[in-house]
Amino acid sequence: MNNPYIYILVMFAVSFAIRVLPLTLIRGEIKNTFLRSFLHYVPYVTLAVMTFPAIVEATQVPLAGALALGVGVVLAWLGAGLFPVSVVCCVVVFAAELLLL
Amino acid sequence: MTEIRPAPFREGVRDGIPIALGYFAVSFTLGIAARNAGLNAFQGFLASLLNLASAGEYAGFALIAVSAPYWEVAMVTLITNARYLLMSCALSQKLAPDTPLLHRVGVGYAVTDELFGIAMARPGALEPAYSYGAMSVAVPCWAVGTALGVIAGNVLPLRAVSALSVALYGMFLAVIIPPARKDRVVAGLVALSFAASYAAGRLPVVSGLSGGSRTILLTLILAGGAAALFPVREEGEDRE
Repeated sequence: MNNPYIYILVMFAVSFAIRVLPLTLIRGEIKNTFLRSFLHYVPYVTLAVMTFPAIVEATQVPLAGALALGVGVVLAWLGAGLFPVSVVCCVVVFAAELLLL
Repeated sequence: MTEIRPAPFREGVRDGIPIALGYFAVSFTLGIAARNAGLNAFQGFLASLLNLASAGEYAGFALIAVSAPYWEVAMVTLITNARYLLMSCALSQKLAPDTPLLHRVGVGYAVTDELFGIAMARPGALEPAYSYGAMSVAVPCWAVGTALGVIAGNVLPLRAVSALSVALYGMFLAVIIPPARKDRVVAGLVALSFAASYAAGRLPVVSGLSGGSRTILLTLILAGGAAALFPVREEGEDRE
């Protein structure tokens, strides 16, 4: 494996620049509609792509992950916050694997 | 007003506490991912202290685990954290125009989904002290939680690790699903992303790419396509 500290430094340099450069350099509004729209949609695509099918592959039993996905989507749809959705997903997997394993 | 006034700082601490509790639980599972990538507790602590990004760090750890090249880690960090660019742009409009550079850097350091959310909900111009108050409780919890995840991940039974491994995905769902309820385009995009991600893992050629590269590719295609087909209106711009 490569040097972990260089990895951490690379991650820091990129995420710090992303966060700080607009705040320090761009005082006006972004006018380009495509760029604004692209950045608006990025988090949804990235997080969705990272969530599925990974959530089903992360658990010992795929069905447990699938159940957590279903319950998590419903809860989030009903307006539950980050913490409750997270915890309930964990509980669902734990309970499902107790029954299935 | 450049000095740290006590009232906004205290209000920031107050609003930061529930965020800190959530961060602690989620960063614990992030620590498990860090451990799987071969990082030790200090390296996990450092990565979280410097990055403050659940999805970004998670993706980074996944790449470190497979000894990916540095440029790929940089690209994935850029893509997974791209939303912070937009948040930072929005925050630049929320700060008073005469806010000094040092405070712009200070506020920018901790732009996360949640801290950005409470900052934008603040009435009037954002006082940097408010952000510092919130990060003073949220950031340590995030970093310490990661370190504990690295340590305790080793002693936790497989059953518990399996359960905790979905915590981050649960958090991602809580970020993407509520906007999907309000906006049909986002809802369709999330569903399409799920399907495309599944397909990309199985299709020839594409499935040969690393997970990180697939994430970049799908994000560029799907978010780019959505931006071209469904451009987002300016905030505050009224419908004719």
